[in-house]
Amino acid sequence: MSEPLLEVTDLRKSYGDKVVLADIDLTVDPHDVICLIGSSGSGKSTLLRCLNLLEEIDDGVIRFGGREISDPRVDRRAVRRDIGMVFQAYNLFPHLTVLDNCTLAPRRVHGVPKAEAEQRARDLLEQFGLADQAEKHPDRMSGGQQQRAALVRALCTRPTLLLLDEITAALDPELVGDVLRIVRDLAEQGTTMILATHEMAFAREVASTVCFLDEGRVCEQGVPEQIFSDPTQERTRRFLARVLP
Amino acid sequence: MTQTSDAWHPSDRELERRAVRRSLRRRSLLVASAATVAFFGLVWLGTVSSPGWPRVKSTFFSWHSAKDSFPSIWHAFWTYNVRLFLIAEVLILVLALTIAVLRQSRAPVLLPLRIVAVVYTDLFRGIPTILLVFMLAFGVPALNLRGLTNSLFFWGLVALVLSYGAYVAEVIRAGIESVHPSQIASADALGLTRFQAMRHVVVPQGVRRVIPPLLNDFVSLQKDTALVGAAGLFDALFAAQDYANYHFNFTPYTLVAGYFIVLTIPLARLTDHLQHRAMERERQGAR
Repeated sequence: MSEPLLEVTDLRKSYGDKVVLADIDLTVDPHDVICLIGSSGSGKSTLLRCLNLLEEIDDGVIRFGGREISDPRVDRRAVRRDIGMVFQAYNLFPHLTVLDNCTLAPRRVHGVPKAEAEQRARDLLEQFGLADQAEKHPDRMSGGQQQRAALVRALCTRPTLLLLDEITAALDPELVGDVLRIVRDLAEQGTTMILATHEMAFAREVASTVCFLDEGRVCEQGVPEQIFSDPTQERTRRFLARVLP
Repeated sequence: MTQTSDAWHPSDRELERRAVRRSLRRRSLLVASAATVAFFGLVWLGTVSSPGWPRVKSTFFSWHSAKDSFPSIWHAFWTYNVRLFLIAEVLILVLALTIAVLRQSRAPVLLPLRIVAVVYTDLFRGIPTILLVFMLAFGVPALNLRGLTNSLFFWGLVALVLSYGAYVAEVIRAGIESVHPSQIASADALGLTRFQAMRHVVVPQGVRRVIPPLLNDFVSLQKDTALVGAAGLFDALFAAQDYANYHFNFTPYTLVAGYFIVLTIPLARLTDHLQHRAMERERQGAR
């Protein structure tokens, strides 16, 4: 078996005295789709932020592409070039058009020529049903459109790993479908993703591994059929009883 | 075998990493110190080795003259400059905030005041402060109006307040306009009046954003209190000039410069601190 794309061992993160993540182990192979589930405050977002080095970890090792990226000597920007991230609140740059949002990193960080970067962005925007929105500014669009644009922005740099942080949490149900459809397409195309989500039906359908976080620890992880139908942990059972209809 | 938080001990890898972080920090500290010493050393050397340095040193940095002129300048500085700007700062804030809020008002009744606000900022921002000081300090007493004071201090103060009020009003307005319209919408939705929305939601956010430029204007004001000296108020600069003219030594000027600097630095640090605290309290991810 080939080397995993991302390997987390014994990760620990605390804010002062408050331990938010402890003993986290996670292995992500290429083309995996890992769904992190758990209540608010269970550490899903923090874990994602640790993975692309937005947070400094307190212990443990993160290996990405065969290299330890949790080493302080590692160039964080070099790591982030290959990891895409989409946030719950979209975080698009409001002073730039959608197209400029999407071409900023490819042009400035990856050195892609303007014409090529714009072509790439327009292709993706079209694929995501945003072809006519390219020249608009983000605040002029609906939440669903903004989130799809944020996905395009993350994909424009052709990341090897995509982190999605509750990207549908701020959307109304009607728009959730649009965004999830895109994520499903990406999964089918073999994009490696880790996503924190509250959409259980979606996690069940798309995930290759579901990982239930509880109070900063991985309580249980496995294939979706097992987690959703036959959880071994009492806590998982209780959580699912609360969130599943 | 879950560990409790008390039982946790950093792994060997983490200890190693901490050592690396420490050494990285040490290295950047070293580089920073070396760069600083080298930079200031060169500046110092360049100044001291210039041909005119002995002359400059004796006229601008004479210990004797500094000691000699210290009391009179100190007195002038406290009684005039410091008092001027302490009073002016409060008045300016009140005036500027009123003007800025007036410009944002939408009530039809307030239109005349809105016009006054616009004309005021346009006019008083355009007049050089020193001209305003001259016009008020010399012009108003010349009117011979009864019941009006002829105090130089008073009219100097008024000139500073009018001039800086216009600048600061624009700065505050920029802050107010930077607050996202959704904030006003949610204040409206809660049933707040337009004024309440301004008072409790928009202005607090807007003002906080413009604290650095506000401080800028206040520092500038502190220095411009010396302009009142040009109209004849015996402030610190005037006192220094007085001494310099009698003794042919410019050291008092250096001394006055020192006073102004000493005054502004604590203010700058204080606002930095306040801002940092607000940021930590309100924003996730701020360090």
